[in-house]
Amino acid sequence: MRRRVSFPYVGWMAVFVVVPMVLVLGFSFTSADGGFTFENFSEMTKYAPVFARSIWLAFLSTVICLIIGYPAALVMSREKPIVASAALMLLMLPMWMNFLLRTYAWMSILENNGFLNQLLGALKLPPVAIINTDGAVLLGMVYNYLPFMILPIHTVLHKMDKHLLEAASDLGADSVKAFARVILPLTLPGVLSGVTMVFVPSVSTFVISKLLGGGKTMMLGDLIEMQFTGNAYNPYLGSAISLVMMVMVLASMTIMNRFGDGEESAVMM
Amino acid sequence: MSKDLIRLIDCVMVFDDDVILDKINLTIKNQEFLTLLGPSGCGKTTTLRIIGGFETPTSGDVFFDGVRINNVPPHKRRVNTVFQKYALFPHLNVFENIAFGLRIAKVREDEIKTRVLESLALVGLRGYEKRRVHQLSGGQQQRVAIARAIVNRPQVLLLDEPLGALDLKLRKEMQIELKAIQQQVGITFIYVTHDQEEALTMSDTVVVMNNGVIQQVGTPQDIYNEPQNAFVADFIGESNIIGGIMNADRDVTFAGKRFECVDTGFGKDENVDVVIRPEDFIVTEDGGQMSGIVRSVTFKGVHYEMMIDAEGFGWMVHSTLSQPVGAKVGLSVKPFDIHIMRRETSE
Repeated sequence: MRRRVSFPYVGWMAVFVVVPMVLVLGFSFTSADGGFTFENFSEMTKYAPVFARSIWLAFLSTVICLIIGYPAALVMSREKPIVASAALMLLMLPMWMNFLLRTYAWMSILENNGFLNQLLGALKLPPVAIINTDGAVLLGMVYNYLPFMILPIHTVLHKMDKHLLEAASDLGADSVKAFARVILPLTLPGVLSGVTMVFVPSVSTFVISKLLGGGKTMMLGDLIEMQFTGNAYNPYLGSAISLVMMVMVLASMTIMNRFGDGEESAVMM
Repeated sequence: MSKDLIRLIDCVMVFDDDVILDKINLTIKNQEFLTLLGPSGCGKTTTLRIIGGFETPTSGDVFFDGVRINNVPPHKRRVNTVFQKYALFPHLNVFENIAFGLRIAKVREDEIKTRVLESLALVGLRGYEKRRVHQLSGGQQQRVAIARAIVNRPQVLLLDEPLGALDLKLRKEMQIELKAIQQQVGITFIYVTHDQEEALTMSDTVVVMNNGVIQQVGTPQDIYNEPQNAFVADFIGESNIIGGIMNADRDVTFAGKRFECVDTGFGKDENVDVVIRPEDFIVTEDGGQMSGIVRSVTFKGVHYEMMIDAEGFGWMVHSTLSQPVGAKVGLSVKPFDIHIMRRETSE
C-alpha cells in the first residue's frame, strides 16, 4: 500500500527529472551530426572567462549576502517576537512580487536617466554610471537572493536554546567569545544552507545579468540561454555547459555538507 | 563556615509592574548549602539569577565578599550555574563541554586535561569524555552540567532546580551525591527547589519564600519544627491549620476547646493561626481532648493517613495504627506540638 502511494511521485520523477537528465547527458556527448563526441567539452574552454566571471560574481554576491544577512538575522533573533515577525514579513514581501518586475524596477532606478541619477542631480551631485556594469548585476543578485541567506540563519538562531548563551556567559565568555564559541558553530548549518541557496541561483542567473548588466557581462546563464534561443543555436554545447555546472554545484555542496558535520545538511535546491 | 560571602540588601525586582521580589535581605555564609524553597513564582529563581548576574535588581544591593556586584556581568563573577535544563553545548562532546570555561580562562592544555578528568571522576562519569551530549541520559547530562560548573573552581555554585527533570529514584540518589560533592569540594551551594523534602534533606540553611518575600530562614529542623507562620507550616510537610484565640500565655482556644500550649507573648484575645502536624495527634479509642469520627483511611506505607471529623473540623491524622472508618475516636495533642502563629495582617 505504502509503495503504491508513491507511484505518482515516482512517475513524475521519471518523466520530468530522470528522462531530462539522461537527455542532457546524452546531448552533452553528441555532435551536430548526431555522433558521439567530446568536442562540446573541449569547445567549452574558450568560454573559460564566462565560467570564471560567473563563479566570481556568484561568490561575491554570496559573501555580500552573508555579510549583510548574518548580522540581520542575529539582530532579528534578539528582538521581541512582534518586531522579529514584522522584520521577517518585510523581508518576505518582495519575494512574493514577480522576480522580473523587481529586476525591471532596479533597471529604471539605475538607468543613466533613472531615479538614482535624478536624485543625485537634484542634490547637485555628479551622476553615476552604474547600469550595465558588474556592480549592477551584483546589486541585483544581492537584492533578489538576500532573503534566502537570512531565512535559514534566522531559523537556526530562533531555534537555539537561549540558555546556552547564559551558560557561556556563566562560564566566563564575554559576548565576542560567546559568539565565536557557541553562536557561530551552532548556526553553521544555517549559514551553509544560506550559502547554497544564494550561490546556486546566482551562478546560473541570466535575467539579472541581461537586464542590469546589459548583456555585456555574459554569465553562464546567458551562455546557456544563447545556445538554445540565440543565433548560435547549439543545444549540444548548451547541455554540456549545464552538465558541467551541475557537477560543479554538486561538488561544492558535498564539500560544504561535510563542513556542517552532516547533522543538519544544507538544503538542496 | 562562618564568613559571610554574599549579602542581598533590600533587593527589589519589578517586571512590568509585577513585584517579583519585595525587599529581600539575605546573608549567605561561605561553604554553606543554602536552599531557596518556595512554590513556583515565589521569586526563588529570580533571587538565584540576581546572584548569578543574569538579572539586575530594580533596587537594592548585592555584595559578594564585601564588594558591590550589582553591575558585574556573569562572566566576571566567581560563580557558576547548573541550569534547570542543563544548557549543555550540543556541538561539543562531554570533554569539551566541561573544558569550556577553562579554555576561555586560557588554562594550560595539560592542566585542562587533568581538571576535566578530575571533575568527571567526581560526578562518576569517567570514560564518557568522547560522548556527544545528546547520547547521554537525563541523569548523565545533569552530571556533566555539574562537572562543567565545578571544574572552574567557583566560590559559589548556583543550582536551579537541577533535579527537576529526573525520576524519583534518581533524584534521591543525586540528592545524596550532590551533598557529598558539596562537602568534598567545600564551596557554597545555593540551591533552588520547590520540593520541600529535597530542601530538608540537603541543606544547612533553608530560605522559605512566597510572593517575593522571605517567610523564614533557618536550619531544616527549625523550619520543620518551629515554622514562623501558617504558610511555612503548610508548605513544609503537611499540617492542620485552624483559627484560634489566645486567652493568655500558654492558653489557647480553638475548635471550641481550651488547650494548653507553650507559646507566649501574644495579646489577650488575639486571633492566631494554630498549626498541628498530622503525626502529632494521639489517637485513642475513647477519651482524649476532642472526640471524633473516622471519615477515611488511606494506607501510605509507613503510616496510615486518616481524616477525622472532630469538634466541627476535619483533621488530617497520621498514625501507624489504623482505625476503622466510622469508628468513634479520641484525639489529643501535647502542649509542645501545638504551634501558635501570628495571623498575617495582609491576608
